[in-house]
Amino acid sequence: MSATEGTPAGRLTRQEVAHVAMLARLHLDDEELDRFTGQLAVILDHAADVAALDLDGVPPTSHALSLANVLRADEPRPGLDRDEVLAGAPDVEDHRFRVPRILGEAP
Amino acid sequence: MSGVPGHDGWELVVGLEVHCELKTATKLFCGCPNSFGDEPNTNVCPVCLGLPGSLPVLNQRAVELAMAIGTALHCDIRPSTFHRKNYFYPDMPKDYQISQYDEPINADGWLELPDGARVGIVRAHLEEDTGKTTHAGASGRIHGADYSLVDYNRSGVPLVEIVSAPDLRSPAQARSYAAELRAILVATGASDGKMEEGSMRVDANVSVRRAGSSELGTRCEIKNLNSLRSLAHAVEHEAQRQVEVLESGGVVRQETRHWDEDRGATVTLRSKEEAEDYRYFLEPDLVPVVPDDGWRSAVAEALPPMPAARRRKLGALFGDEPVEPGGARSDQVATVVDLGLDELVEAAVAEGVPAALALARTANEAATDADAARRLPLVSYVALLRMEATGELTATQVKTVLADLLRDGGGDPAELARERGFEALSSEAVAAMVADAIAAHPDEWGRYRSGEDKLTGFFTGAVMKASRGQADGKAVAAELARRRAEP
Ligand SMILES: [Zn+2]
Repeated sequence: MSATEGTPAGRLTRQEVAHVAMLARLHLDDEELDRFTGQLAVILDHAADVAALDLDGVPPTSHALSLANVLRADEPRPGLDRDEVLAGAPDVEDHRFRVPRILGEAP
Repeated sequence: MSGVPGHDGWELVVGLEVHCELKTATKLFCGCPNSFGDEPNTNVCPVCLGLPGSLPVLNQRAVELAMAIGTALHCDIRPSTFHRKNYFYPDMPKDYQISQYDEPINADGWLELPDGARVGIVRAHLEEDTGKTTHAGASGRIHGADYSLVDYNRSGVPLVEIVSAPDLRSPAQARSYAAELRAILVATGASDGKMEEGSMRVDANVSVRRAGSSELGTRCEIKNLNSLRSLAHAVEHEAQRQVEVLESGGVVRQETRHWDEDRGATVTLRSKEEAEDYRYFLEPDLVPVVPDDGWRSAVAEALPPMPAARRRKLGALFGDEPVEPGGARSDQVATVVDLGLDELVEAAVAEGVPAALALARTANEAATDADAARRLPLVSYVALLRMEATGELTATQVKTVLADLLRDGGGDPAELARERGFEALSSEAVAAMVADAIAAHPDEWGRYRSGEDKLTGFFTGAVMKASRGQADGKAVAAELARRRAEP
């Protein structure tokens, strides 16, 4: 993971936390950046402890539950009433959600 | 065929990413109807609106259609997981798209083009579609829009994204790949293949390199390719643009470009320099999909014959005469397979209709209303083509009766021909009309007699006109030949 690269000791940097916060559209002030950098570093240290174990032959876990193939039949059922749905929208035009102008294209 | 048109010494490298909407009854993770063209925001629920507390449940049919696509593309069908791809854009109300990331359901396959070339398939994975945004304001485009309107009916519709290897080497080959893939997707029953309605969407990764080089050049991704024609045009124009940049000492920047159909050019959409960081992580609300051998073979056994096999089968009707790739007959075979009219041709040939005639009537006339043609009782169709094969009806008459059959959804072609007043002209009547035509055009007749064979068409046309299409072209040609042979 890129979050543990970049410093000799592999410690999380303040800049990396700022970058991740930007990606998540979180506005953190200086004090928060310091606090979260420390907290996140502890979590990553714990992951590093696990990574340091000899895990050859242990398959990666993709889910906390040991379940697979939880599926639903392809049968339609009615959704929500449109007026009810649009009542929760900040703004509506032509039965569509009206949102501010978007800068840039969808990824 | 390969290379950059108009620029010797350069090689074109193209890979395609195709998004295919699956023809399920419901969305990928909720029971909302998967239906195109409904009133906006009528097929929505807490799951596909991303409301707090809602949980996704995977659609079994979508998984099976994805497996069918993987099987048809000779992929390994593997245990797979779902990830969240995080980004902020109003077409995705959860602020993430659920997609498959490092463990796709299908990987490492191939597709064979009609010319025999094999194109690698890197992966074909499941993901959900986004809502549909409409940009309001002066231009209708994003830039300059005042605001956007969002309809979430499409949000959560199941997609399979099929990523090819960069194995395509010309605009024509890129087009051929997309056409073949579309035919396969339609044949599996996974998709209706309608590019114009957006149920199949194609993005092209294009780069160029000096001929003989094995390194890949910097690539650009082209979006907004709404037809096979625009795909071929866009790839050609983009390749030429890149060659011109490089030949003038410039550098191709890795970026996403938009194909502008009206201007016939690609324009920059966004630069990839701001490295994409979607913070993918495992979707905690979904468990892995692990198909066992039994499930895999059930999907494989249910798979109908694929277009390549069906084309071979039709080609085999011609026996020793090969169907040349790229020729008129091969186009007719492709049309028949595309439209699912194979059975009409096969049934007619089985009843003694010459293969060329059966193929031509099916690809040219029956194809004009393929939906009706697929429903036509085979016995009616075969009886009609037999009437042409035996000379009972002329080609023109057969086309008219076929239009009646398609309109009525079947019927007795002999009866319809009688109603139309179509009766084969007697040989005396044909001889008389040929004699009239000769008398009316003595100069042409002299030239025809002295060996100008191309005038056969002139005289045949004159007789056809006089008989209002009721004369049999073969009978006319035979009478002309008989008259010429007279001393
Ligand atoms: Zn829904």
